[in-house]
Amino acid sequence: MNSLYYQKRLSRNVGDKFFTSLSVICALIAILPLIFLVTYILYKGGSQITPELFTLEPNPPGDDLDAGGINPALIGTLIITSIASIIAIPVGIGGGIYLAEYSKGGVFSRFIRFGVNVLAGVPSIIAGVFIYALIVSTKILFGSMYSGLAGGMALSILMLPTVIKTTDEGLKLVPNELRYASLGVGASMYTTILKITLPSAFRSIATGVVLGIARAAGETAPLIFTALFSYYYITGFGDLFYEMGSLAVLIYNFALEPYDAQNKLAWAASFILVLSILSVNIFSRILAAFTEKTKRV
Amino acid sequence: MEEKLTLFKNRKRFGIEKNIDIIFKNTALVLSSFVAIILLGIILVVFFQSFESFSRYGLKFLVTSEWNPVKDEYGAFTAIYGTLVTSFLSLLITIPLGVGTAIFITEDFVPKVVREIIGSFVELLAAIPSVVLGLWAIFIIEPFFRAFFVFLHNFFGWIPLFSTEPTGRNSLLAILILVVMLLPIVTSIARDSLNQVPKKLRNAAYGIGASRWKTIFSVILPAALSGIMAGVLLALGRAMGETMAVTMIIGNSNAFSWSLLSPGYTISSMLANQFGEADGSQVSSLFYAAFVLMILSLVVNIFAQWLVKKFSLKY
Repeated sequence: MNSLYYQKRLSRNVGDKFFTSLSVICALIAILPLIFLVTYILYKGGSQITPELFTLEPNPPGDDLDAGGINPALIGTLIITSIASIIAIPVGIGGGIYLAEYSKGGVFSRFIRFGVNVLAGVPSIIAGVFIYALIVSTKILFGSMYSGLAGGMALSILMLPTVIKTTDEGLKLVPNELRYASLGVGASMYTTILKITLPSAFRSIATGVVLGIARAAGETAPLIFTALFSYYYITGFGDLFYEMGSLAVLIYNFALEPYDAQNKLAWAASFILVLSILSVNIFSRILAAFTEKTKRV
Repeated sequence: MEEKLTLFKNRKRFGIEKNIDIIFKNTALVLSSFVAIILLGIILVVFFQSFESFSRYGLKFLVTSEWNPVKDEYGAFTAIYGTLVTSFLSLLITIPLGVGTAIFITEDFVPKVVREIIGSFVELLAAIPSVVLGLWAIFIIEPFFRAFFVFLHNFFGWIPLFSTEPTGRNSLLAILILVVMLLPIVTSIARDSLNQVPKKLRNAAYGIGASRWKTIFSVILPAALSGIMAGVLLALGRAMGETMAVTMIIGNSNAFSWSLLSPGYTISSMLANQFGEADGSQVSSLFYAAFVLMILSLVVNIFAQWLVKKFSLKY
């Protein structure tokens, strides 16, 4: 008679309760790090934000009174990330176009797709080691060793798989009818790709690329022995061929300094870096959710 | 009729347009082969740079732990051991945590909005640069866990893993930070594979009277296992190659110790620490270590891809 009612003490119900609470605990533990991290960065970094932070050079460690600002590192991050984008975006989009539009699933395209996945799994420090061996130690760039240009190249290796993948997948989602229609009215292949398929996949490709850039902006390992670090203002085009600071390397260097002033500067730089990366991520997430909703209607 | 056919025959594309088309296609072809060139380039360059050290030490390099630039003696055992131990132990913690979170997100314990928010919180964690996690680890996590480490040493000191007095940075902290970095990878891939399990499997299990967790353990998890495994392997690859946060918190000591509470080394932290100032045969030895790291992560990655292909869902 009782078997028709829910029995609390039944072993299967006790077991279910137990595992349910276990998975709730897992989920709670999983969101703790982000909450703690963002709180500390807002609290410790946000209190350091002053106008001078954006305009001054950092002072060399040792002088505990005033650490200066992060202007060269901020500009350096922008420059190095731009160099990486200038290299990786055309190459990646071109490669993605070949994979999605021209290849017919043969050995070559399968090998390239496999290579993209493998390259995405190469540890970021290996990209730095590679560029060090290829460019820094050989002084191939007009005799300069450590340079912002070399740093940008190392970052571009990390960006490339992301760009190819998002282009390839974005183009594959474009319905074939569009291609047939365009080719049917007599457009050539490149007109079809440039005027029809690329524009209709634009939003998904752009989202992926922007996320890739945001990711590259926070990478440190490929820069520590390619772009190195610099305390001085970036004044002109020629500075591309010399050591260049970046927010990420500044955080690394100054976090390990024993001086409080430098540590505070590292927190301030983290604040700026994390805030910009998170806002790019959240914005693209909202955008993606929004487009998904409109598509369903 | 005749007229019309000749009309079509004469309607050819202009030569220029044809050429542009061919150029466009070939440019795309060349750009896509860049990936292969870079990948082969990385493998060849790192291999040839390590050749000097490779021919001098051979495989002995992998099992000796002397690292002495003054005497020119190099062996990377401490770093290789550190890499394997930190990545495997962090994975051991991450797997139940990540899969548990993924189950929470895919089951309907709480409304969908709450689950989606938790899901995106975990995924946003992946966007945090590793150097910032390192900074956080140094100034917040290390003081926070210090008392816990002392406790571990006092009560479990008889286990070799906790046999040293905790002094600041150590391998266990690196493992904890790695857990934070791997959690989003494992969770999001496990969630995707759980979501792909067809609803009718669940309904069939409920229909014959299985409880919710019986269904999860005997039907849903086995069906999603290959995807979860692939995610775990990808996370393992990430853990082995992870550099910045680990370098900042592991303590960077080449003295070999079984204990997790003593400072350690990983291959990537060794590279980050020494590459800038190294010269002579030390550079070659560092390249050798980099080569070992690259092979390790390549093997793990290729195995993960093979697994995905072989066991991709059959439903």
